[in-house]
Amino acid sequence: MTNHWIDIKNSNCILIMGSNAAENHPISFKYVTQAMENGAKLISVDPRFTRTSSKADIYAALRSGTDIAFLGGMIKYILDNDLYNKEYTAAYTNAPFIVGKDFSFKDGLFSGYKGAEEGSGPSLGSYDKSKWAFEMDENGVPKMDRSLTHERSVFKLMKAHYKRYDLDKVSSVTGTPKEDLLEVYKTYAASGARGKAGTIMYAMGWTQHTVGTQIIRTMAMIQLLLGNMGVAGGGVNALRGESNVQGSTDHCLLWHIWPGYLKTPKASNTSLDVYNTKWTPKSNDPLSANWWQNYPKYSVSLLKSFFGENATAANEFGYNWLPKVDDDKAYSWFDLFDAMYKEEINGFFAWGQNPACSGSNAGKIRKSLEKLDWMVNVNLFDNETGSFWQGPGVDPSKVKTEVFMLPASVSVEKEGSITNSGRWMQWRYQGPKPMGNSRPDGDIIMHLGHLIKEEYKKDGKFADPIKNLKWDYETAGVYDPHKAAKEINGYFIQDTEIKGTVYKKGTLVPSFAFLQADGSTSSGNWLYCNSYTEKGNMSARRSQKDAVNNIGLYPEFAWCWPVNRRIIYNRASVDPKGQPWDEKNWVVRFEGEVKDGKYVTNKWTGDVPDGGWYPLENPDGTKRTDAKSPFIMRKHGYGQIFGPGLADGPFPEHYEPLECPVEKNYFSSQMINPTAVVYSTKDDQHATCDPRFPFVGTTYRVTEHWQTGLMTRPQEWLMELQPNVFVEMSEELAKLRGIENGERVKVSSARASLDCIAVVTKRFKPFKIGYATVHQVGIPWHYGWRWPATGKEESANLLTPPAGDPNTRIPETKAFMVNVTKL
Amino acid sequence: MTKSFFIDTTVCTACRGCQVACKQWHDLPAEATVNTGSYQNPADLSFSTYKLVKMNETVINNKLNWLFFPDQCRHCIDAPCLETAFDPNAIYQDAATGAILYTAKTKGLDADAIIGSCPYNIPRKGPDGSISKCDMCNDRVHNGKKPACVETCPTGTMNFGDREEMMALAQKRLKTIQKKYPKAMLLNPGDVNVIYLTAHDPALYAEYAVASTELKNMSRGVAIRKMMGPFARLMKV
Repeated sequence: MTNHWIDIKNSNCILIMGSNAAENHPISFKYVTQAMENGAKLISVDPRFTRTSSKADIYAALRSGTDIAFLGGMIKYILDNDLYNKEYTAAYTNAPFIVGKDFSFKDGLFSGYKGAEEGSGPSLGSYDKSKWAFEMDENGVPKMDRSLTHERSVFKLMKAHYKRYDLDKVSSVTGTPKEDLLEVYKTYAASGARGKAGTIMYAMGWTQHTVGTQIIRTMAMIQLLLGNMGVAGGGVNALRGESNVQGSTDHCLLWHIWPGYLKTPKASNTSLDVYNTKWTPKSNDPLSANWWQNYPKYSVSLLKSFFGENATAANEFGYNWLPKVDDDKAYSWFDLFDAMYKEEINGFFAWGQNPACSGSNAGKIRKSLEKLDWMVNVNLFDNETGSFWQGPGVDPSKVKTEVFMLPASVSVEKEGSITNSGRWMQWRYQGPKPMGNSRPDGDIIMHLGHLIKEEYKKDGKFADPIKNLKWDYETAGVYDPHKAAKEINGYFIQDTEIKGTVYKKGTLVPSFAFLQADGSTSSGNWLYCNSYTEKGNMSARRSQKDAVNNIGLYPEFAWCWPVNRRIIYNRASVDPKGQPWDEKNWVVRFEGEVKDGKYVTNKWTGDVPDGGWYPLENPDGTKRTDAKSPFIMRKHGYGQIFGPGLADGPFPEHYEPLECPVEKNYFSSQMINPTAVVYSTKDDQHATCDPRFPFVGTTYRVTEHWQTGLMTRPQEWLMELQPNVFVEMSEELAKLRGIENGERVKVSSARASLDCIAVVTKRFKPFKIGYATVHQVGIPWHYGWRWPATGKEESANLLTPPAGDPNTRIPETKAFMVNVTKL
Repeated sequence: MTKSFFIDTTVCTACRGCQVACKQWHDLPAEATVNTGSYQNPADLSFSTYKLVKMNETVINNKLNWLFFPDQCRHCIDAPCLETAFDPNAIYQDAATGAILYTAKTKGLDADAIIGSCPYNIPRKGPDGSISKCDMCNDRVHNGKKPACVETCPTGTMNFGDREEMMALAQKRLKTIQKKYPKAMLLNPGDVNVIYLTAHDPALYAEYAVASTELKNMSRGVAIRKMMGPFARLMKV
């Protein structure tokens, strides 16, 4: 979230699309309800009428996988009706930038496209992004036309791109009636007025598509056009699917990043110098903070944290002890199981996860596990993954994999922090002691590390990384979460003088502004530098005092990255003179003294400002040269309406899902995302426009269960509420198939079939797509054969497809094709 | 002063936290259920289910509504079940809180008559013949805590406090909601200590959302006691 949970209450218009917050983030509705009591409008856009929709002022249905068409239509509406915030768009976004002459877009393809060779890998193709570069002036600063009239300005190109997204076409693709589209557009676009804010609450309904990243970008563009970024009650807000997903992502759960969103080095980054040069952006614009210019300070401090005294300038701080990924290869979830399936990986730690039920095309995952030599399952209980060898259709005598179970403690039995969707790091004390022989993950991993180090002392290829790893997060032989938290914050490694103050060796670094690239500081994650300082554990704070602006920031409750800034990009919440767009729910404001129409002292109040520089303009309207543009994490300092960094193009474009019910894409002759990833072993089947699978399928969660149900299926009170896997369908579809409400039916896809209880409901309605009637069904994915004991409630992910987004490789589990028949 | 619930169904999201919190606080066993084609589960209140969120899909003015009704005992001010039982060892009212409470001695009562006397169709008979229902978490309330269902509610649907305070809150919310839904109403507010607010016709939410006018199985004795009202209680002492 750019904003945070409580801030939802400040919104004037809440769009819930790609999520079902009332069911899957029920506590968020405390703040949604508060906003509505203050007059906010709630809009629910979902293929199915949900418990969220039941509370909404406006509900609009759309066919799964058509969100870009829906939102592209909103961009057109905003531009056609002049509803964008002109001052904000011209001053803070890259709408005025001039795009180079090499950029073009024709029939669904941007310039620079190259299709992949047959059989070369899962990626269907890629772009030469240099074709999308901005034009630079003689100083190397992007050329701009603040009047937004230049024919190659981002603004004009955007207008041309979305001109095609007219109501008729959008409606015929999404299946949303035109009047519903208009009502949503009109209501949401009203949040572009000065002093108004609109927010988006999205989740896996947006990410899990072959165009997932671009759906979110479309919304980011809308938020920039309406001036909704950085303001209270605005932002782009991802509702994370687990209480600590934000924390685990920040600390590099994913393969392509190091902690704090530093880059995983590639094979071509042959030295620390090459690595730092490659990933440190350069801007020639004196008004751009270009915060990532500090990259080497963070990467070196991270290496110092990994290797301690063994990391020296002479050995590049141990940079070459770390693995490098091949330049053109991905190592995502999909790719790891694909490699396992192809017997390229033979050992696997399944740590706190249940891929046999949670991964798309779970049947392939289950087969992959059979190909392993060994697997260690670290979890609270046995699950479908740990017991795959005795699963449905598996002959245990034929499985060679040796499986170990390490019982882990549940979160309440451990001390440590979680970081929620709103970036709040919250310290939790230990409740009950761990049960039986279960152990906290920290203990398990520390112990494992010591044993591996012992092994490498004896022998082992390339032992340096293991031998030199600093491994001292214990007190009296037991994992100490405070030591880990302090390591993450970082220390001064030697006596260091900064701006006249001497910080003694061993002192905790006060904030990332103090980190150094010369090895004099360490930090396990620069973003968290400031969380555990000499003042104490900031995340354990519990003050309920609000900040001066009284908008629910509660700055002394827990701690939030970066540097306790509760709303990021908050300097876009003020006009160029530093005064809030919204006088009532203001986030920051500039209160420096004025002399002769000029600011002469520097003072911000409210939230921690996104950099404490002077505003861009003085009260008399003169430009300042010591100011910075508000989007400080972007190279040029501007919010990106044109996004030249993504794999699939600088403007989001509608493509159909890999499996879809239509013969053609109404927007171009490109049927699916030309850069999508599609896997292709014999256990990666797919079928599009295939009469065997005529209905759109999607998966989702219900409020009564959690993830694959490992913690909720054994819980009888929750099973009482949702005892069976079910498939929801319209009354019309049930009639077509002769299905009675409550009877058990078969749902099948090109991958597998699944028995479910039919829930026949008014909450699904057939879609009118072009001239055709298209039915959609949906299935929750919380079940698995291991529990309940009947073994009949199976995972919906047996059905889901082997394709994903080119930027994230997140699977397309939200839109695929199925059949539904009577048993 | 007696206590009341105010249940604002207009903000209920049917997360059913209340339903589970009730089972947890009272340590009630789960029922072995199946999905019968609806999210609502169990299908009905039972001896071990005191609180049930009823769910109904209804089209009103061409607009689909999914109506949620967290059903429970209304803790009537003059409770017909109490009057029917006429046995304070089995069914009594806690004067301090207003809670209508059932004891193990309900085993000796005519369960069908008690259930039949309830205008909201709430009490349920157990295998041993005793009768159960919501007890207002009276133990929690006497210890300064709110009922478990109220404590867990994220949206402000479930409210609990002194009767006057709840009545004022109910009237205030009613006025607000009526601006959007002119047919919004409070259900039998003068008769019960569990005051519901609905946006639409209460019959669309649950069969017995408002008091049934037809009291089944009411014996002649009960009818007479009811007519005599307060005197009946005096006579009982």
